[in-house]
Amino acid sequence: MTALPTRKLEAYRYADIDALASVWSELAPAERVGIAAQQKLQQIWLPNGDEVEVRRVEMTLQTGAIARIFALNNAARYGRIELDVTMHDGADFALYGANIGGSNSTLEIVTTLRHIAPGATSRQTVRSVLGGKATGSFLGRIEVAREGQQTDAEQSVKAMLLDRGATANAKPELEIFADDVKCAHGATVGELDRNQLFYAAARGLGPVAARALLLEGFVAGLWDDIEGDDLGIAELAREALRKVAA
Amino acid sequence: MLKIEDLHATVAGKPILNGLTLTVPTGEIHAIMGPNGAGKSTLAYVLGGRPGYEVTEGSVTFDGRDLFAMEPHERAAAGMFLGFQYPVEIPGVSYLQFLRESLNSQLRARGEKELSGAEFIRLSKDKAALLGMDAEMLKRPVNVGFSGGEKKRAEMVQMGIMDPKLAILDETDSGLDIDALKAVGAGINAIMRDPQKSVLLITHYQRLLDYVTPDQVHVLSKGRIVRSGGPELAHELEREGYAEAAA
Repeated sequence: MTALPTRKLEAYRYADIDALASVWSELAPAERVGIAAQQKLQQIWLPNGDEVEVRRVEMTLQTGAIARIFALNNAARYGRIELDVTMHDGADFALYGANIGGSNSTLEIVTTLRHIAPGATSRQTVRSVLGGKATGSFLGRIEVAREGQQTDAEQSVKAMLLDRGATANAKPELEIFADDVKCAHGATVGELDRNQLFYAAARGLGPVAARALLLEGFVAGLWDDIEGDDLGIAELAREALRKVAA
Repeated sequence: MLKIEDLHATVAGKPILNGLTLTVPTGEIHAIMGPNGAGKSTLAYVLGGRPGYEVTEGSVTFDGRDLFAMEPHERAAAGMFLGFQYPVEIPGVSYLQFLRESLNSQLRARGEKELSGAEFIRLSKDKAALLGMDAEMLKRPVNVGFSGGEKKRAEMVQMGIMDPKLAILDETDSGLDIDALKAVGAGINAIMRDPQKSVLLITHYQRLLDYVTPDQVHVLSKGRIVRSGGPELAHELEREGYAEAAA
């Protein structure tokens, strides 16, 4: 077992170290997921209901492999999703993640994407909705090796703060050694629009219902690309939004 | 239906309404006309309860109740509809979901039965047809990508769905071409011309009044009603301008 990390480590900069300490000794090593050449994998990550939940995954996409990860991160105290992805020729990776929480929760999604071969594509879309004194973070590191020509990497990170005490962090980090690549990242932090809230009120929606509806609009689209059964992730996210809107 | 007495209101500390008195009886359509800056939109927002519009004096009763004792969503549930001059876009939320939740929230507040999905779809199709709007548009996010005219038509579809007792329409005619203007006028008549309902039509121009004949026309200037008269007053204003008519 390695030593408990400190916040001096970049990947733990915004972490709740006390919460992490409470599960550190029994924390399983990172789960390894391999996707064979030309194969496709879809995973839906639901919260397991624990107060503190840390999920660590190391994923390797072989040539032409496709991965679609849909993640709802809303543990009551500390939720951390740590994802390390290595991509071979023409691999195609997408992450759709939501941090939704209130009170004192800390929610973070920390990714490292390694474009080690030509022509791989990665898309990361993360939406955070934070109330109370919650903190939501996305730390997204993209490494493009010298061999990673024609990499197409994109991060879209948006956060909505519902209360003054809530905090959002968005930190893209790009390390690029190839010269023919496309790496785009955009991050915004905002609050609910007053005009929209008044419009909804004028149509009869009470304050909580109006906020919940606008928040649904804010995360809309995250789960659209799920193939087959969504395992209830949309409904769980909706419930989490209603709770944080109340 | 609506009784406004000596209403004073400020926006950001600046007085905009300065002793406005006006009564709209049940079953009547009244138009308020006035130049830019007279306080027309402020009146609409004060009646709707928009945050930031502060009432400093006066009273408003709506259907016998103290309007200012009600929150904006309670005013809607009590039967008031506010048609927006600039309808708001809500990305990610479909019109159908927005309106169904809004309507059901009103019905719940009134202790009435909520509409099922199928009942709501039927209702929204009927009202869209009444306004000459393609019902498919209601599957799109609220007002996103709608033209100016489409937004105003959609406001009227919403009014049809909500079926209010009192509609306050803030420059619903602005930005409309002639066909849309006709459709909106016909929609107002079909939905609101009713002995149990009232309309307060706020407008710059006389042209909407060619399609919706008001029972009374009032001229608003510097935050007060300075003249009132029959429908012919609108024509006089159009001919002579506000400065003359308000003098």
